[in-house]
Amino acid sequence: MAGHELTWLTMAPLLGAAVVACLPRSQEARARPIGLSAAGIALAWALGLALRFQDLPGYQFVERLSWIPYLGVEYHLGVDGLGLAMALLTGFVMLLALMVSRTGLERPRLYYALFLLLEAGLMGTFTALNFFHWFLCWELSLIPAFFLIRLWGGPMRGSVSTGFFLYTLAGSVAMLLAFQVLFLATGTFDLPGLARLSQEGGVTARLSEYFGWPEGVSRRVLGWVGAGVFLGLAVKVPLMPLHGWLPGAYAEAPTAVTMVLTGVMSKMGLYGFLRIMGPIFADAMRGAWGMLMVLAVVTVVGSAAAAWAQKDLKRLLAYSSINHLGYCLLGIFAALQCGSESARQAALGGVILQMFNHGINAATLFGLVALVERRSGGLRDLDDFGGLRKAAPVFCGVMGMAVFASLGLPGLNGFPGEFLIFTGVFAAAPWAAVASVLGLLLTAVFLLGLMQRMFHGPLPGRWSGWTDLSPREWAMMIPSLGLMLVLGVYPQALLGIVNAAVVELAAVWAP
Amino acid sequence: MMSWIREWLWLIPLAPLAAAGLLALTPRAGRRRAAWLGIGSLSVATVLSWAAFFGAWPGAGGAGREVNFTWLTFGRTPLELGWVLDPLTGAMLAMVSTVALLIFVYSLGDMRADPNFTRFFCFLSFFAGSMLGLVMANSLLWLFMCWELVGLASYLLIGFWFEKPAAAAAAKKAFLVTRIGDLGLLLGLIYLYTETGTLLCYDEGRGCLEAAALAGLVERVSVGGITVATAISLLIFCGAIGKSGQVPLHVWLPDAMEGPTPVSALIHAATMVAAGVFLVARVYPLMDADVAGEPGLSAALQGVAWVGAVTAVMAAAIAAAQFDLKRILAYSTVSQLGYMMMALGVGGYAVGMFHLIAHAFFKALLFLGAGSAIHGCHHERDIRRMGGLRRWMPVTFAAHAVGMMALAGVPLFFCGFWSKDGILHAAWGWPVSRLPFLLGLAGVGLTAFYMMRQMAMVYGGEYRGGQLKKEIHESPAVMRVPMVILAVAVVLLSVVGTPAWPWLEEFLEGREAAVRAGDLFEHETLWIMGASALVMGAGLVAGWRLYGRRPQRRADAPDPLRMAQPAVFSLLEQRLRFDEVYEATVVRSAAWAAEAWDWLEREVWQGLMQWAGYGALAAGWLSRLSDEYLVNPAFDGGCEGVRGCGRGMSGWHGGRLRIYLRVVAAGMAAMAVWLTWG
Repeated sequence: MAGHELTWLTMAPLLGAAVVACLPRSQEARARPIGLSAAGIALAWALGLALRFQDLPGYQFVERLSWIPYLGVEYHLGVDGLGLAMALLTGFVMLLALMVSRTGLERPRLYYALFLLLEAGLMGTFTALNFFHWFLCWELSLIPAFFLIRLWGGPMRGSVSTGFFLYTLAGSVAMLLAFQVLFLATGTFDLPGLARLSQEGGVTARLSEYFGWPEGVSRRVLGWVGAGVFLGLAVKVPLMPLHGWLPGAYAEAPTAVTMVLTGVMSKMGLYGFLRIMGPIFADAMRGAWGMLMVLAVVTVVGSAAAAWAQKDLKRLLAYSSINHLGYCLLGIFAALQCGSESARQAALGGVILQMFNHGINAATLFGLVALVERRSGGLRDLDDFGGLRKAAPVFCGVMGMAVFASLGLPGLNGFPGEFLIFTGVFAAAPWAAVASVLGLLLTAVFLLGLMQRMFHGPLPGRWSGWTDLSPREWAMMIPSLGLMLVLGVYPQALLGIVNAAVVELAAVWAP
Repeated sequence: MMSWIREWLWLIPLAPLAAAGLLALTPRAGRRRAAWLGIGSLSVATVLSWAAFFGAWPGAGGAGREVNFTWLTFGRTPLELGWVLDPLTGAMLAMVSTVALLIFVYSLGDMRADPNFTRFFCFLSFFAGSMLGLVMANSLLWLFMCWELVGLASYLLIGFWFEKPAAAAAAKKAFLVTRIGDLGLLLGLIYLYTETGTLLCYDEGRGCLEAAALAGLVERVSVGGITVATAISLLIFCGAIGKSGQVPLHVWLPDAMEGPTPVSALIHAATMVAAGVFLVARVYPLMDADVAGEPGLSAALQGVAWVGAVTAVMAAAIAAAQFDLKRILAYSTVSQLGYMMMALGVGGYAVGMFHLIAHAFFKALLFLGAGSAIHGCHHERDIRRMGGLRRWMPVTFAAHAVGMMALAGVPLFFCGFWSKDGILHAAWGWPVSRLPFLLGLAGVGLTAFYMMRQMAMVYGGEYRGGQLKKEIHESPAVMRVPMVILAVAVVLLSVVGTPAWPWLEEFLEGREAAVRAGDLFEHETLWIMGASALVMGAGLVAGWRLYGRRPQRRADAPDPLRMAQPAVFSLLEQRLRFDEVYEATVVRSAAWAAEAWDWLEREVWQGLMQWAGYGALAAGWLSRLSDEYLVNPAFDGGCEGVRGCGRGMSGWHGGRLRIYLRVVAAGMAAMAVWLTWG
């Protein structure tokens, strides 16, 4: 296996999926343990890689084989700190989501097989360094997610899954077209190679050379090509106003799938921004910088305002998720115009911290929602609850910790990332920092409102039998809570892995 | 000597925090363990705090009062945190730990019957640890982190009786209103970091409060023509306004009285609410930085002074028309915090801090007295339904009376007199305006008045609470002893703050104090003392004439002040309608904006998604129809084979995604083949 570490990272869940899919009907009950073990192995594998990983510039665990030479397609894998952090997050969230998944589902073999397939797609996305391969995994993760929503979702699953599919597919098509143009001009799909070429200003030259355009035209075309890629990524994160698919999808998906959607799949878009968009199209993004900043601020504040108006627990958290990812986009955009190296490093380091921490926090929150639904028989309207803290103090405590981590309380993991992002944003655009601070306030408003309406006040009679966390559920939550605390007090644990990547990214982002 | 304590200062907050962590995992039944852990860990912290206090003695330590370390490194830039042991920290540590320890002991009695006793000590220890961490911070980022943690502790403890909707609402309100200020503070810190590249206060000349950094901040100009130093100072002051309940963000503090009384005493009177004042004191070099270079005249400090002066008088006036025993004290706290701010604003740094420490002791004493009275009266908090308690609760009465006299500023024997006098003295010397001085003087009269009203209604006259009279009882020794100790401290503290030997003030400014008996008899000192004593006396007499001489007999008798000034009284009783105005403006418009945005979400953005779905379906149908009715007939006459093809094509456009996928896949495969071999 030596030399193929990253292949195995993708293969572990893929093989698991194959095994689960091939189980005979009589062995259906085995699907869950097999699924859990495959996810567990993937997580353990990622952790093992993290132990061997060194915080140095460049990619590590690189595998590079020729695949389709004529198309410039290579089997090229490798991770830097960013990719590794995302692989760790994927492993963690997937395992948690599978643990939270209800037992006694219909068609368990299909469910667990799709889940593992999704994990394979995600692991592939975060390790691939060739566009062809990357895009394959990107799409591969979309399809199982679609079916998971479609088959196990809530009552509105039909229209919602269609919307999810259409939006993301439209984005993907735009991205595919854009990369074909790039390929025609440069003859490569290699992401690090394209990035290097772009920073040398070579992409414009190649476009002119290939199509015979003057340089100004080439630059404009490159802008449009960048817009195509941007669209594909921005839909996934999402950036307002491209988020129409999200609240419904998050609300109607089975909650375990929502955990993956918000915990990991939203990070695919951000990862794309950091791995592809910035390194290749930084200048194009800078051309539309003002508008991008405005959209990011609108995303931050608007989603927080929308979350405040929600009554459905999952919709509320869905908007909260948009809000938290909005800070990441803000940081990514702001860093484009940060004059000082250290401010760019703050913004981009903060973005990576926030990506990881939001993954943990959002997945945990939705996991707790799944436990709520299990007790309430599917009810999750805020007005349905009240006073639950009396019946379930431990539940309330765990929820409270996740909520405060999410609203950025210092000492928990939400804070360091947000602080660094705001530092970077302030250096580039004080107005954006000032406006986005409103989002921090609104986040506190709706999250504390959630706590108040669900847990405080008198306990209604109908919930007097509400059970507190069982030891098993408690054990399930402990790793998340531990991460919240550890990464809040000692964020260096994560920064120590990603810093070399941050330095490299900050150099790429330099105006 | 004593320099070891500087290295080990981190133990002080850690001890209570560790206790809180252990208590969080302790089951509800572990009451004895909770008490031992909470009080034991805090005792350790108290001993160390006093060691730190003596370690901060002027001339006690060598160079380098700060210890800094790297918290995290982003990219290649380290972000440092650290603590500092200067007189300000030393005094705050000693005060916070001592008052907290007394209140912890008091809680043993006050919270004895509560089923969540264990949780209470967990939260209280968490608070104590965070607060001790706050006051020792050398890094403003560390300070901010602890600042938020004490806010969380406050939220948890106000909402301790979470089943009461009022308590849950008050907890949320406290967190959110203070967070408004905190965001200003956060922006201020980020601004400061952007400008100076550090958030360490002191760092061997490189800190953000040291001369080199300040010189740069004063030179640069920010929005609206003010200097960067002023802009940052004002942003930081926003945080202080929220935390210390200054106008216009004072509305949360009276509501916070929904929490248990020991919480009100410790968090919402003695320590946490004073953190805002402490913050201003901590960044005083920044606040004071001005182009002109004269101390006490910077634009930021002028703002501090005015906010403080207005708060001091306004809250005192509101306090005079409240009936809830704890709310009266809460408004009194707001008012006294206003005095402290005013002192700092007019340049009286040391005297403001002296008042902070004096206030911590006497207001904690007052709250413990109030708690004891409430405890004795079966949780009755309305002073109209109390009365005559001095007969049953002599110790509580005596302790409360000492606190009242200190707060009112009865001359000579109570620390409140000396500290308040110092503030008035400083305000008199403020060259900008004499109005803060006059407002402060008016506040003295109001303070004396409302305290006399409270004392007379609670302890004087006859009991008006009806049936429960027989069961009124003095509190147990575990509650009485902390009160007595605090009462003694309140008297003793006045020794170190007189103009003749202003030891505490000199200590805070880092100087050795000398006895200067002559200062006491300076003309200006004397006449200000005389004037404030006179006004205070007038307030006391007015209070006594209205409430003490002819005590009310029934709980529903109208308040004498209401009979005299109905309009004014009811306006004050309704707390100048701040809450209502905020509700009607800020809260309502924000909620409306949220609803509007939600509408936009539902109708436009998600509508867009719906339409995209319909559009895709329509396109599928359209293509099918066109195949069936346009394309197919045209080819009908032609070729059977082509017709078959068309039918086949139409089948692909059924609006079913499975088929679309298959088409996309096939197309990609075909393309791949074509590109590879074509």
